[in-house]
Amino acid sequence: MPLVNQGTRALLLIEILRGLWLTLRYMFRRKVTINYPYEKGPLSPRFRGELVLRRYPNGEERCIACKLCEAICPAQAITIEAEPREDGSRRATRFDIDMVKCIYCGYCQEACPVDAVVLGPNYEFATETREELLYNKEKLLENGDRWENAIAANLTADAPYR
Amino acid sequence: MPTITIDGEEVQVEPGTTVFQACQSIGIEIPHFCYHERLSIAGNCRMCLVEMEKSPKPIASCAMPAADGMVISTNTESVRLAREGVMEFLLINHPLDCPICDQGGECDLQDQAMGYGRDESRYLENKRAVIEKNFGPLIKTYMTRCIHCTRCVRFMEEVAGVPQLGGLWRGEDMEITTIIESGLNSEMSGNIIDLCPVGALTSKPYAFSARSWELRKTESIDVLDAVGSNIRVDARGNQVMRILPRVNENVNQEWIGDKTRFAYDGLLRQRLDRPYLRNSKGRLEPVSWAKAFSAIKNRLNNLDGSQIGGIAGDLCDCESMLAFKDLISGLGSPNIDCRQDGAALPPNIRSGYLFNSGIAGIDEADLCLLVGSNPRIEAPIINARIRERWLRGDLIVARIGEVEDLTFRVRDLGGGASTLQDLISGDHDFCKDLKNAKRPMLILGQGPLARIDGDAILSAVRLLATRFNFVKDGWNGFNVLHTAAARVGGMDLGLTPKNGGLGTRAMRKAAADGKLKALYLLGADEMDMSDLGEAFVIYQGHHGDRGAHSADVILAGAAYTEKSGHYVNTEGRVQRGSPATQPPGEAREDWSILRALSEVLGNTLEYDNISELRRSMIYHVPHFAKLNAIENAVWEKFGESGEMDLSGGIFKSSIQDYYMTDSISRTSKVMAECSRCFIKIDGATGTDG
Repeated sequence: MPLVNQGTRALLLIEILRGLWLTLRYMFRRKVTINYPYEKGPLSPRFRGELVLRRYPNGEERCIACKLCEAICPAQAITIEAEPREDGSRRATRFDIDMVKCIYCGYCQEACPVDAVVLGPNYEFATETREELLYNKEKLLENGDRWENAIAANLTADAPYR
Repeated sequence: MPTITIDGEEVQVEPGTTVFQACQSIGIEIPHFCYHERLSIAGNCRMCLVEMEKSPKPIASCAMPAADGMVISTNTESVRLAREGVMEFLLINHPLDCPICDQGGECDLQDQAMGYGRDESRYLENKRAVIEKNFGPLIKTYMTRCIHCTRCVRFMEEVAGVPQLGGLWRGEDMEITTIIESGLNSEMSGNIIDLCPVGALTSKPYAFSARSWELRKTESIDVLDAVGSNIRVDARGNQVMRILPRVNENVNQEWIGDKTRFAYDGLLRQRLDRPYLRNSKGRLEPVSWAKAFSAIKNRLNNLDGSQIGGIAGDLCDCESMLAFKDLISGLGSPNIDCRQDGAALPPNIRSGYLFNSGIAGIDEADLCLLVGSNPRIEAPIINARIRERWLRGDLIVARIGEVEDLTFRVRDLGGGASTLQDLISGDHDFCKDLKNAKRPMLILGQGPLARIDGDAILSAVRLLATRFNFVKDGWNGFNVLHTAAARVGGMDLGLTPKNGGLGTRAMRKAAADGKLKALYLLGADEMDMSDLGEAFVIYQGHHGDRGAHSADVILAGAAYTEKSGHYVNTEGRVQRGSPATQPPGEAREDWSILRALSEVLGNTLEYDNISELRRSMIYHVPHFAKLNAIENAVWEKFGESGEMDLSGGIFKSSIQDYYMTDSISRTSKVMAECSRCFIKIDGATGTDG
């Protein structure tokens, strides 16, 4: 019997009609595609995008060069060098993140005792050359300044669950 | 012997052992901060609390002597609660700034808080803040972190012998501070950084530069004095970040001097990273190795062996010195020396140039006579060992030479050669003490030996040693204290003039007279280069120091942290150092430069790699096979008797400035700062600098 069943289905093109019916139904549903880059999908406050270095509201950089992020980074994408600043505080003289190596695991953010290094909501930082993805401290701080409002809002939104 | 029961296990211990030590002896670890095995017992951190039967309260195990029949428990609930309580109190005023603390990652408090700390603080009041202290250019303070274990105070008082630290006030207001507002004026002060269980005292030059977990640790040997302190070189990338001591009971215990610890920044400055050649305008210009070698070949080929001389410096490893000796003798030259200062050390007779009693032998001595030596700056480790022995009592220390503070009481016998003569002839009061001593030792410094009448002084001191039984069965108290790490190795390998060859002084004179046409300096920087005449000077070394300035060809070698090599310390102990980093630029390990040069000169050395070179070294000098051991030297006749120069003034130490003794420490900024702070300059008015 299965052989007859199969033959009948093939002859009557039932499968094709089913497919066409599905297509027809979706034609009347709401679209899921968006007109990127003019429209963008929603992002979770926990979204792990481009790395930034944040500052305190008074403009002082947060990073204290404790090197915990460097130590935890499973991809070894972070390189830090530190020395005492003129006022005697501990500061990074070099803070490089190789965004090509970075796997966006977010461990650095978890490790950071001062919420300085954060994976921000930006995911549109594709470049034409690899070199542009080797971020230094200046670039990371600039990212931080640019995204500070969004990051602060995200961190606040996520805070109750941490 | 008392028998005590610890956690149900019966232990027999020596009388006078503490409960803490008894626990350690059976492998039970007890958390502690203030206790340190080499310091006196303070019992003030209270972290080592254990439970004792029939005692209503837990006891501090480090301060409780073990008595017969004690029953101790170390892992009960009440012990844990007691320790948690202590930890909570310690953390009340300790800032939570581990991320910016240099001790972070290797901190006793951090580690023990993992075991005994609560996860949340119950302390809502303001934390205490303490003003920073000035401990000098080496030690950075962050006194808010201090937990008042007083290890640093006890170290300075007991081991370093410079009681400049103390505690002021009490309770929460207690502060560790210097007595007067000036740095710690001690050659051993760096050790309090290692002793501090928290981050209150950290290294100033190392501040914030690296984390303990990212450092590559290499066990090596120090070469900045002749003690051969065992060190651990911590490097990151190709840079030495810090130097720490390693425990070796027979040499440095667990201390190192400040020069050993802090001179490493000199390894980055003024390095020779490529060969140089003096051009027709008289300026040194960088050249390739091949060009430098061919320039040497052109000059040396026309010369007779006797017109060539070789002097090995103070920081050389034994491998390169052997290759150097083979190269120079291959050129047919008998002129070779490893004694840059011209010290009258007897060639081939080991007992005449060793610290025969050994550094550990100081512990057994009952009389110590210093002849023209200031161990405090020549070898701080040995000075600390003498002090340790002196503190135990029944040690007479006497001195012929300059009056200096050695951190223990010294009887001054006189200044110079005439006192020595009085002692030999028995005319001096001190002879009575010398006769009564059971295990007397003398320490002969390099200062008197490097005098013109050094030979006569050596034989006079030898005469003194035989006359007053410094040498007897199982005891040899004739000690020469060296200041150069390479000296004993060089003497062992026979880098001394052969068959009428010239020594350092004679070579310098011959060069000035034009008789010596070429001079090869292997890291020799400590001699007077002002008058070398027209001689063609080849300098092989790692720093652009005195030797390099007067050179016609510079061959770039490796510093002690960059090569594997053997060193023989002042007591004759053979030790091996390992490379922590690579030599900079085109610089190479020294023995390989000599091997390559020998090939160009058409007199190829017989070894192609370092193992073959070492085999050759052991073949010529068998005791090189025994690492970390002392081959006892046979007491033989040495020293040519001559007339001592009685008007030659007092015996002076060969070192004036502890912080500036070699090419590495001279280029170190940290050492320069120390020298500025601590060394009294003649004629300084107090307003200079």
